[in-house]
Amino acid sequence: MKRPIYLDYSATTPVDPRVAEAMMNCLRVEGNFGNPASRSHFYGWQAEEAVEEARGHVAALVNADPREIVWTSGATESNNLAIKGVAGFYKSKGKHIVTSKIEHKAVLDACRQLEREGFEVTYLDPEPGTGLIHPAAVEAVLRDDTLLVSLMHVNNEIGTITDIAAIGEVTRARGILFHVDAAQSTGKIDIDLDAMKVDLMSFCAHKTYGPKGVGALYVRRKPRVRLEAQIHGGGHERGMRSGTLATHQLVGMGEAFRLAKLEMHEEQARLRVLRDKLWAGLQGLEQVFLNGDANQRIAGNLNVSFNFVEGESLIMALKELAVSSGSACTSASLEPSYVLRALGLSDELAHSSIRFTLGRFTTEDDIDFVIGHASQAVNRLRDLSPLWDMYKDGVDISSVEWVAH
Amino acid sequence: MAYSDKVIDHYENPRNVGKLDKADESVGTGMVGAPACGDVMQLQIKVNEDGIIEDARFKTYGCGSAIASSSLVTEWVKGKTLDQAASIKNTQIAQELALPPVKIHCSVLAEDAIKAAIADYRQKHGA
Repeated sequence: MKRPIYLDYSATTPVDPRVAEAMMNCLRVEGNFGNPASRSHFYGWQAEEAVEEARGHVAALVNADPREIVWTSGATESNNLAIKGVAGFYKSKGKHIVTSKIEHKAVLDACRQLEREGFEVTYLDPEPGTGLIHPAAVEAVLRDDTLLVSLMHVNNEIGTITDIAAIGEVTRARGILFHVDAAQSTGKIDIDLDAMKVDLMSFCAHKTYGPKGVGALYVRRKPRVRLEAQIHGGGHERGMRSGTLATHQLVGMGEAFRLAKLEMHEEQARLRVLRDKLWAGLQGLEQVFLNGDANQRIAGNLNVSFNFVEGESLIMALKELAVSSGSACTSASLEPSYVLRALGLSDELAHSSIRFTLGRFTTEDDIDFVIGHASQAVNRLRDLSPLWDMYKDGVDISSVEWVAH
Repeated sequence: MAYSDKVIDHYENPRNVGKLDKADESVGTGMVGAPACGDVMQLQIKVNEDGIIEDARFKTYGCGSAIASSSLVTEWVKGKTLDQAASIKNTQIAQELALPPVKIHCSVLAEDAIKAAIADYRQKHGA
């Protein structure tokens, strides 16, 4: 069977072969299999050395001190640790938290939990159309009892980039902690935590060609940020996150981040050319719209709405591609993407969206194929669509009285 | 989502796609659903002098099961009287296509579309 072309790099990435090789050397009896916490013998020392080297690679990609990196199981855990950890430690100083409506569920649901515990949360609307969260919008909702602002660096659906450097200036001036979910930005845009006034930052390996199941949280030392641990045990990671360190996973993340630092600029330039080519190629169709700001977005993301075509049926038609949709029908909830709705998109356009995310193994031939395949699929479904007929007959679809069901 | 072979067959080779003349006295048109919900079905029937549905056409905006459900009912209503067509139940559609629970609403919509088309035809004929 010929496998579909993978264009869902924002969901996860394959592990780079060089990363897989490094990981395999940490599993078997002849390899580096020891427990990094074993202080009494060679196997432990060797594993600890590998883990600390990996920590150094993660820190280097974001210009941080290795002592500021806490290993976790992934960005979901990092987000939970940052948000609940800060809320728990500083609860006597305030009870207000600021986030946005386009955050990942790991942030939104952690905030919902804190609301149940008595905290107050403000969910910022992104700018209509662009999906951007501007520093002025953040500043406008800060209160004297605001403890924490938590925003994502790059949005997972629309690929837009938040100006975290500018927002960090606002929060630091007010003495408010700033957490950034950087799951989607490592290896895609430069991060300089020495310069940026970010206090906590979440990372994961599997969106940057590392393995699933491993991540990290950056916790600033100067000025020092304190956290209440969420997982208790042997006191690993200076008490912030107990649990035996998974040497092979951490080595994998370290190697993935080391490669990202070396190759990201070249890789992003290449992806930008391919992404722009894809977007230009889709312009041959009518009524195609880009979701999210056109310029302030990562190179590998193209989120497009094909008006009058429903997203799930389009995904079925695009069976030679692996892409994702903001349509209700691809989720169990039957709700269209809350991110696209927060942008102010109509339900039809939210239902009609496809996210193409390109990555390390995407080729120009892939893109040429996608343009032809997608154009054909959209035209076929429009021939089936009563809404397309209405549009062609000049009927304004928003003026029709639909019977909701 | 894994669909049944029947859904995939109707989705890839939809039967009776198209439009009939809405103004024609022998044609009944039903349009159900809403873009906001992610599916809109237009079903049309052409009824002969003996009261038999001799032709049916559909156009559907929606997911694969919505397209398959409407394609299937165009096949089923042909050759039936209006009363016979009106008695088609969504459960029969869902069973035939082996729709997963989350897609049952697509079969409900197809049943509604048949009923709406019949109602439109009957209204034209003062029934």
